[in-house]
Amino acid sequence: MKAVKQKPSSVSPMEKENSSSSSLKLFGSWASSYTHRIQLALKLKNLTFDYIEEDLSHKSPALLLHNPIYQKVPVLVADGRPIPESLLILHFLDEYFPHNPRQLLPKSPHDRAAARFWAHFTDDRLGPAVAAVFASSGDAQVAAVDRFRSELRLVEAELTDGVFAGSRFFSGDQIGFLDIVLGCGSYWLAVFEEVAEVKLVDAVEFPRFHAWLRDFEEQDEVKAIIPSFNELLGYARGLRKILLGGGGGEADNDGGAVAGVEAGDMGNLQK
Amino acid sequence: MAVPEKGVKLLDFWMSPFGQRCRIALAEKEVEYEYKEEDLSKKSDLLLKSNPVHKKIPVLIHDGKSICESLIIVEYIDEVFPGKTNILPSDPYARSHARFWADFVDKKVYDCGSKLFKSKSEALEELNKEFICILKTLETELGEKKYFGDDAFGLVDIAFAPFTSWFYTFEALGLSVEKECPKLAAWGNRIMERESVAKSLHEPTKIYDLFCELRKKFVDA
Repeated sequence: MKAVKQKPSSVSPMEKENSSSSSLKLFGSWASSYTHRIQLALKLKNLTFDYIEEDLSHKSPALLLHNPIYQKVPVLVADGRPIPESLLILHFLDEYFPHNPRQLLPKSPHDRAAARFWAHFTDDRLGPAVAAVFASSGDAQVAAVDRFRSELRLVEAELTDGVFAGSRFFSGDQIGFLDIVLGCGSYWLAVFEEVAEVKLVDAVEFPRFHAWLRDFEEQDEVKAIIPSFNELLGYARGLRKILLGGGGGEADNDGGAVAGVEAGDMGNLQK
Repeated sequence: MAVPEKGVKLLDFWMSPFGQRCRIALAEKEVEYEYKEEDLSKKSDLLLKSNPVHKKIPVLIHDGKSICESLIIVEYIDEVFPGKTNILPSDPYARSHARFWADFVDKKVYDCGSKLFKSKSEALEELNKEFICILKTLETELGEKKYFGDDAFGLVDIAFAPFTSWFYTFEALGLSVEKECPKLAAWGNRIMERESVAKSLHEPTKIYDLFCELRKKFVDA
């Protein structure tokens, strides 16, 4: 197993209060927005954990053991038992630590169902739409941008008139499950805009989404988790070269994942 | 402002395995509801208004509020209607485990299964192999248990149950679930002993007839 590699922006277990005697271990990848979801959740809940950085081009036997079906990050191992899939892990953290003051999912069953719905939308529709923009150029990219914008309009409409209308965040005054799911990934949008030279989030066309994202990124816990813009930029530049077949091979770091970016067979792209 | 209509309504399509999941869950919880069959070639205003994002069935409407996506609906039903059965266990790890496998059914079974239905004969062999692999994975997860939820019929059983009506059609395509995954086939027979499942699923021959019809129209044409 690769030695633990703590990126400066990742959570330091030393700063944490341990609000439980449970042992938590997170297998992740520094550039994976799915991993960031869990790091952010753990930070919000003030839970200590050990972090294992995975090299996604050479996955550890431990990861393959803990997630044999999909062989992906993140995986949380709680008291020796593995839970893969970021959305499942987020649910698990609420349920495993029911007295933790920071519960991520809404209280009402209907709001929970709505949050789950939009979490699926993020992963199944919005994410792939962004990936398609990033992996294309020319006319194909123009079409991909159109498609992304029409997906984002649905999110904008939901923020304007839907179940979550009227609050600063999907979870109210504080960030919660859906903010974490949509937010960890949305910070890639500005990165992709720069690398792919395309406009994705127009503040005029998407005022609520724009405001929500800005507020999300301003949260202290979010700032502590998400890698810097420049780190993400370097990573994305390398990846785009590969995707567009420009050679140059390596991304600027280990692994090949821009998680939160899924589009068919994009090689090493991982959750 | 109009007062939302009280009660439970399910917007559905008779053949939909996703709709069937909801029907099974509602039956397990003994919830009274109004079933509304949708014409998918001419979707109702209510459906389009209740699921503007996907415009798909099933949609559960409870006291005027809509819930979309079958597994989300099933969890909602579990949370809101107590009933005699719990669809999800109470242990957090067991809940994650159940959700993982229900999601696996979603990700793998439907996609591959429907590809099989639509494929031309040349592609069948490869798809059959892929599908058998998926079924064997599920069978390993089932193991010697009575249900996926162990002694308790639960989320994963509900997620996979509707696809058991497809087994007969798979056989016609050269894939015998009985032969390749006998434990899974036995589980399929066992769950039919539950009233909620028996009354929610269709005769496998009905699925086969529809399959032949669709195949003639779209594949062999």
